[in-house]
Amino acid sequence: MYVLILLLFPLAAALAVLISGNKLSKTIALIASFFHLAFTKYLYWFVIPNAESGLSYTAPWIPAMKASLSFQADGLSYIMVLLTNFLIPVIILATYNRTIKNSAVFYSLILAMQFALNGVFLAADGLLFYVFWELALLPVFFISWLWSDEPNKGIRNKAIFKFFIYTIAGSLFMLAGMIMLYAKTNSFAINDWYNSSLTIGEQSVIFWLIFIAFAIKIPVFPFHTWQPETYRVAPTAGTMLLSGIMLKMGIYGIIRWLMPVVPGAFFQFTPIVIVLATIGIVYGSVIAIMQNNLKRLLAYSSFAHVGLIVAGIFSFSMAGLQGAIVQSFAHGVNVVALFFAADIIFNRLQTNEIDRMGGIRLLAPKFATGFMIAVLASVALPTTNAFIGEFLLLFGVYSYNTILSVFAGLTIILGAVYMLRMYQRVMLGEERSNTASFADLTKSELLVFLLLGITIFICGLYPNFMLELINPVIENLMQISLR
Amino acid sequence: MKTLTYTSFLGIFCLLLEAMLITLNVSHWRKYISVFVFAGLASILFFCAKDWNVTEVFFNNMIKVDNFSTAFSILLIALTALLILLTNYFYDENSSKLTDFISIKIFALSGALAMLSFANITMFFIGLEILSISLYILAASNRNDPKSNEAGMKYFLMGAFASGVLLFGIALIYGVTGTFDTTLWASFVFADQSHTLFYLGLTFVFIAMLFKVSAFPFQFWTADVYDGAPTLTTAFMATVAKIAAVAAFYKLAVTVFPSYSGAMGTVFVVIIALTMLVGNFMALTQDSFKRMMAFSGISNAGFMLITILCAGNNANDLLYYATAYGFGAVGVFTIAILVEKGHKTDTFDTYNGLGKTNPLLAVMLTLFMFSLAGIPPFAGFFAKYFVLTAAIKNDYLLLSLFAIVNSIIAVYYYLKVVVAMWAKEPGSVKVLNHPVYIAVALCCLLIILLIGLSPSLVIRL
Repeated sequence: MYVLILLLFPLAAALAVLISGNKLSKTIALIASFFHLAFTKYLYWFVIPNAESGLSYTAPWIPAMKASLSFQADGLSYIMVLLTNFLIPVIILATYNRTIKNSAVFYSLILAMQFALNGVFLAADGLLFYVFWELALLPVFFISWLWSDEPNKGIRNKAIFKFFIYTIAGSLFMLAGMIMLYAKTNSFAINDWYNSSLTIGEQSVIFWLIFIAFAIKIPVFPFHTWQPETYRVAPTAGTMLLSGIMLKMGIYGIIRWLMPVVPGAFFQFTPIVIVLATIGIVYGSVIAIMQNNLKRLLAYSSFAHVGLIVAGIFSFSMAGLQGAIVQSFAHGVNVVALFFAADIIFNRLQTNEIDRMGGIRLLAPKFATGFMIAVLASVALPTTNAFIGEFLLLFGVYSYNTILSVFAGLTIILGAVYMLRMYQRVMLGEERSNTASFADLTKSELLVFLLLGITIFICGLYPNFMLELINPVIENLMQISLR
Repeated sequence: MKTLTYTSFLGIFCLLLEAMLITLNVSHWRKYISVFVFAGLASILFFCAKDWNVTEVFFNNMIKVDNFSTAFSILLIALTALLILLTNYFYDENSSKLTDFISIKIFALSGALAMLSFANITMFFIGLEILSISLYILAASNRNDPKSNEAGMKYFLMGAFASGVLLFGIALIYGVTGTFDTTLWASFVFADQSHTLFYLGLTFVFIAMLFKVSAFPFQFWTADVYDGAPTLTTAFMATVAKIAAVAAFYKLAVTVFPSYSGAMGTVFVVIIALTMLVGNFMALTQDSFKRMMAFSGISNAGFMLITILCAGNNANDLLYYATAYGFGAVGVFTIAILVEKGHKTDTFDTYNGLGKTNPLLAVMLTLFMFSLAGIPPFAGFFAKYFVLTAAIKNDYLLLSLFAIVNSIIAVYYYLKVVVAMWAKEPGSVKVLNHPVYIAVALCCLLIILLIGLSPSLVIRL
């Protein structure tokens, strides 16, 4: 029952926002999403500790194919749902002072996105997972496309189109993989897939079909070419949804729907994927150093960071998997904070070009502090959330291969290089004519930074609440994978 | 059987009504004929649905009504009923011929119904001819437009040729077996009395059916005919006629030559693959919306043919695909007619900025496009899903991967329309939000959403 509320409340809210009209929409969206966050927290404090094996719900859907409407919230799902339900109100709050045309549609799309994302993380049935996976694409596609800040429509259409085709292509391959699994096991229930006995050849085909979808979403090198331009062109809310939550779908997918389902192929192709992920780390970081566009820089930095997460998962160690989940949460929070900072700058200066910025720190001390916290969290300073995640991840990769871990470790060094350099060029130095009138944070903007900043430090100082939730799940999944 | 009789009567009755209106000198009441026919089709639908789970044979095994024929009859009647509602506004400049167009469509429908419930191949042939001849007339029905004349002529010549091939095949088989009864043919196949002429005949039948469903390499007529015919006729051909042809082909394949379509396996796989590929690649390069839909219909036919390739226990897959495609395409054409009526042409440019001028139409068309592209929760997703499952279960992995690549290509040109509607600036032409059309489109949308959320509603065969 709780799971259903968790899933359906955003949908109801989306409909309410849609019919409430443009004036009321953002207030209703904000209240509803904060209420939902409170409900999610309530589950953590009062319900989850008492539940035997998480929360679940099952109802028949298509009996002829043994597909059912079954949802389950164990620790892993819960962490992802918490991330989603925490970031959605923050994203809505981040757009609160902006004028948004057709805001009723805009906010209802964000809430519809929340519904689909919760569905992805809660689904315990392959077909259902796929349906939500695809459903999550539509709102963010429209948000990124129709509310884009890019004035040149040709560039905008091209970027978002590319994103859409890439993602659909990946999803369709995943569909083929899932149908193959269904054909072999005659079921869509996740537990039947966990107990399947496939030959290594079948597993390999299924592995690649499904992995491509996840690799495009995350993105893993060399499937990343849609990402920087899409992140740049999309409006900030769209970028936040894409980078903060949506790419976590891929990471979550690998951990729950790939590794335990086709473990043989997973182990067989581990070297290839880890090397690809490591290439992505180095490549993304190097390109980020050379970027002059703030949003593209952040996009490449995000690409580099998630490369490490993928490498950590494929190291198949307790630390690597723990790190992947902790870092997913941390990356979601940090990247939203960074893109929010970029949005504030764009809103004040009407540019994303770094060499047209500078001297903002003295003019806007509150903003400078908020941005600094986000930057430091992103470069994994101890006491921030990303430190825990990256430490665990690097430890996981190290346990797999020392040389690779050295390359993967470059992410910290190079990350510090481009992030701090970016901060220096954007915030310090001489004032310019266009930055001279830079206004400091408004109340709602300050609130966003406060929420994100507090979360950064809570997760950095007390990561145990996550580890406690995910440890049993990870142990269980690793055991299943080793069957 | 009742369904078939009532439908034919409805067509005749419709003509009688016209005669009565003229005699009584109240021809301005003509516009109510479509309402009358809609009500008639709705009640036939009701009677047809009552036949569910009834298996009966009529006229010395000429006609056999079973769940397969009932299910597809319901689908075709529903699609025709929706299309009939569009008639009045579509022919508002040419309303004196209204009744003719309606009654010909009803006759075409009765042909389609006969094709679905055949047990004897002569019945099948008669049904096919009734359907085809009605369509030749409808394609050429816009007498003053040379393109429409060209469409009718082309369709007639090619179609007559295909009918000839079909008849020749039937004659050969008759020569070997001495019967027109398809159940006896089936036993002939199962007895494995391999006789060259018998299989030659089957090949001819096969080729003719490939022509009728416009599969590769017999697809050349489709685009010109769809493009030239009046759009309402195109909609009828792309949905009712196409579904009837594919379903009849399926029935023929399953009842008569299951082992044969298996033996044709490799050839058939190649034909299906090329049908999808040619349809998609041609659709990519079109400027005209109708031609794009024609080619996308070819590639959709390729998907439906997969169910015939895997023929056996999967009539459900075909039924679901046909339902999803049929209602999706009717919805698309409903909106396309409105746009074409406004602009007097059907290039992609006419869709520019529809999101600003007619947001309701644009939202609906966007959702239809998503359904055709196979994105959940719309019916198009499960349609593709069922077909792919059938292919993978029958070990056609490569073909299914090929089908997926084709779906990706299809996403591209479906999205092109969406982009035009939302991201481009509108012109000065006004498109009318006709209430009946909106009701029809909404109805289609509700159906594809409903069966997309709960596919069990359809898969009952």
